[in-house]
Amino acid sequence: MTSEPFGDLIDRCRAAEEDLVRRWRADVAASLRGRISEIELDKELREILDAVLSSMSAADGADTRSSAYGEVRALLVDLSRGRALQGFSPRETAISVFALKKAVRESVGVGPEFTAFSDVIDELGLFTFETYTKAREEVISNQAEQLLELATPVVKLWQGVVALPLVGTLDSARAQVVMEKLLQTLVDTGSEYAIIDITGVPAVDTQVAQHLLKTIVAARLMGAECIISGIRPQIAQTIVALGIEFGDIATKATLADALLLALGRIGVDVTAEMSKRGL
Amino acid sequence: MERLPILKIGQMLLVSIQVDLRDDMVVALQEDLADRIVETGARGVVIDITALDIVDSFTGRMLATMAALSRVLDADTVVVGMRPAVAITLVELGLSLDGIKTALDVERGMRLLSLAGGSAR
Repeated sequence: MTSEPFGDLIDRCRAAEEDLVRRWRADVAASLRGRISEIELDKELREILDAVLSSMSAADGADTRSSAYGEVRALLVDLSRGRALQGFSPRETAISVFALKKAVRESVGVGPEFTAFSDVIDELGLFTFETYTKAREEVISNQAEQLLELATPVVKLWQGVVALPLVGTLDSARAQVVMEKLLQTLVDTGSEYAIIDITGVPAVDTQVAQHLLKTIVAARLMGAECIISGIRPQIAQTIVALGIEFGDIATKATLADALLLALGRIGVDVTAEMSKRGL
Repeated sequence: MERLPILKIGQMLLVSIQVDLRDDMVVALQEDLADRIVETGARGVVIDITALDIVDSFTGRMLATMAALSRVLDADTVVVGMRPAVAITLVELGLSLDGIKTALDVERGMRLLSLAGGSAR
């Protein structure tokens, strides 16, 4: 009942299944260096081998996109996704499939029908690799999204004073998010002073400065004043070297200085406030 | 034609823009404002744009013109209640409205004007 292109290869594989799986597992395990347990691997590979052999006997030819290979594809998707999420390299993932060829060659032997078998395995290997890359891209885009979410907390320092501690590099997309969040917070809290703290920004170039200036001008249009704080010595050097002009925008070395400036402008008497709250 | 109301509160005039602005309304508003400042001898103008959610360069220039107009007639102008999206749009359009005072809401705007006016008189 074997289909034409593979001859009796499938039957011979079935007969030598134990030996085949043992060789295959040994090769794969060597490349994975013990990061997946033997038992787990054994189960995984047996499932795949079984699916591959039954698909080959069911299918008319070597077209791995046909429905006969559906089960194999599903198993390989699981395998490559799992590998991608666990942080295995592309080579370590692809070898799980390609090592089957070597195992078959050694335990069953090479016949004229081996070429057709080899083609199928190549196709399946490529499919695995494709899925692996897709899974990796998903991981990356998820992380980028999470980064954007966690990157912009606006904190209230005092009645009428909010602070925006910036951490990490500011690109256009992030700057836009930061800008909108800050301006919205100004409206929501009715704050007249915003302190933008750039202690956590590793480098300030003309683009970052441009984003900062735009945010500050927009805040001014809404009737709020911005103070830039946390300018480190090297950053100050870069700003001067690049010829960036902050004009009449208040800049302070530390967040503490900026807060004092804001409190002074609002006219807050800190000692009076403390005694009022019984501190 | 529909005209925007200009309210007198003490020594100040309050223009509250509550509807979508058409260009002819803007021109009429400028004329009315100049008339009212002369008529009442107001020392300050508060322009409330809280309800304005779409701006273009014409609206931006309108604000600048009204401020310049009031200044010539010896009245300070404060633009209040600008929305974040509007502010971002104006900045992207390159209109930073230099020389115009701004405040977060009408109350703060009026306080700002009375502070500035108090020292002048």
